[in-house]
Amino acid sequence: MKRSIKFAAIATALSSALLLQGCNDNNPQRSFNVEVTNLSNHQPFAPVAAVLHKSGYNGFSLGAMASDGLELLAEGGDPSAFIAEAAVDNKVINSASGIGIIAPGNNEVIKVQGISPKPRLSLAGMLVNTNDGFIGLDDVDISELGIGESLLLYANVYDAGTEVNTEAAADVPGQNGEGMNAARGDRDFIAVHPGVVTAEDGLTTSALDASHRFNNPGARIVITRLQAPNK
Amino acid sequence: MKNHLTALAVIGSLSTAPAMAQNLDIKITNLTNAIHFTPFLVAAHDSSSHLFIEGSAASTSLQAMAEGGDISGLSTDIQATGGNVVENPAAGLLAPGANASFMLMSNDGNTKLSLTAMMLPTNDGFVGVDSIDVPTAKGTYTYYLNGYDAGTEANDELITGGGAPGIAGIPADPGANAGTGGTGVAMIDSNSMIHIHRGNLGDSNTTGGTSDLDSSVHRWLNPIAELIIRVN
Repeated sequence: MKRSIKFAAIATALSSALLLQGCNDNNPQRSFNVEVTNLSNHQPFAPVAAVLHKSGYNGFSLGAMASDGLELLAEGGDPSAFIAEAAVDNKVINSASGIGIIAPGNNEVIKVQGISPKPRLSLAGMLVNTNDGFIGLDDVDISELGIGESLLLYANVYDAGTEVNTEAAADVPGQNGEGMNAARGDRDFIAVHPGVVTAEDGLTTSALDASHRFNNPGARIVITRLQAPNK
Repeated sequence: MKNHLTALAVIGSLSTAPAMAQNLDIKITNLTNAIHFTPFLVAAHDSSSHLFIEGSAASTSLQAMAEGGDISGLSTDIQATGGNVVENPAAGLLAPGANASFMLMSNDGNTKLSLTAMMLPTNDGFVGVDSIDVPTAKGTYTYYLNGYDAGTEANDELITGGGAPGIAGIPADPGANAGTGGTGVAMIDSNSMIHIHRGNLGDSNTTGGTSDLDSSVHRWLNPIAELIIRVN
């Protein structure tokens, strides 16, 4: 039996109850809706990349260096290289990107599907009013979800560690600043994001104001297993 | 099989651990941007013992750990009630992004696991978890840990070398990112019980301002550490 529980008692109630009924069917086709809700106050999410995979793939690992694809996703909001890296990983079943910005309070449903009896899910999407911050899920086991069942998770905000958190307009894409810069300017490992330092925190060079501050969790993720498209 | 659990009260209800001796493979990762952890104390103990309790006053031993990184008192205390301990598994400081792997052997009846380590640079901040159930079924269990404030020292955010209990100031910033000349941030904690740390404030003035810490470097959000326990 698997349990996935994050942050709140409600998650416990939902997921443990649902997963206990884990469905045991032989059709290896799996199809999932991944609903991403932006829980921040003023941090739109760039298009979110969702990857369906087997055990052994990590789109990112806490404490480790970001891949070039994750760097582009986290600094510039472009998930294409992250998706391309996944596409050539033999542990990856399939992937999908959201079609646009997810504004604070809004959500988007991203559908991923493929053939795998033991699917896992990872996802990432930039907070555009940061230097290199992103919401992410790393390697969540969704293999025991039955058809029609859902799993509720909360995603933290991580820092790719590839760009110093200046919070200056010139460096923050949400403030019309630069996106991707291939230079590895920061400590170069992935950490939990320390939060943004705004002008109202006394950092006069920051383009951000108090509205851009955030805390964890940054996003609410509901993963729902759908009826397989073909038997 | 992989279990994801956070270090919150919800865990207690999920598994009832039988009282049996176990060997646990443990890995701790520092998830912060620029906060070092002093040597950890990791303990398996019975259900009536604690290293600390949220919302309660810090023990003298907890205060010594939180203000100066000294785990000797906590280790003595928990062993006095039959606890099993691992001291300093990282062989020194656990740097941001770094991890330490080690084994903890727990005796019969020691069904709870707790750990603590001071956060540097803070006045009396520590990473910890109190009394999670030691898992018994084969599998990998992941927990995310928060930063606490011992409630025993004002968060003045001044690097003074002060690490002895009751002495104001921060012992050091091992990452050498701190400034000097601050006038002091907070003179007193509103909550003198053990509570969730509100985080470093810092400032952007390296030679003055109120804080010796850097607001763009020394802040954090929870969780600040990942704890993975593998039962083989």
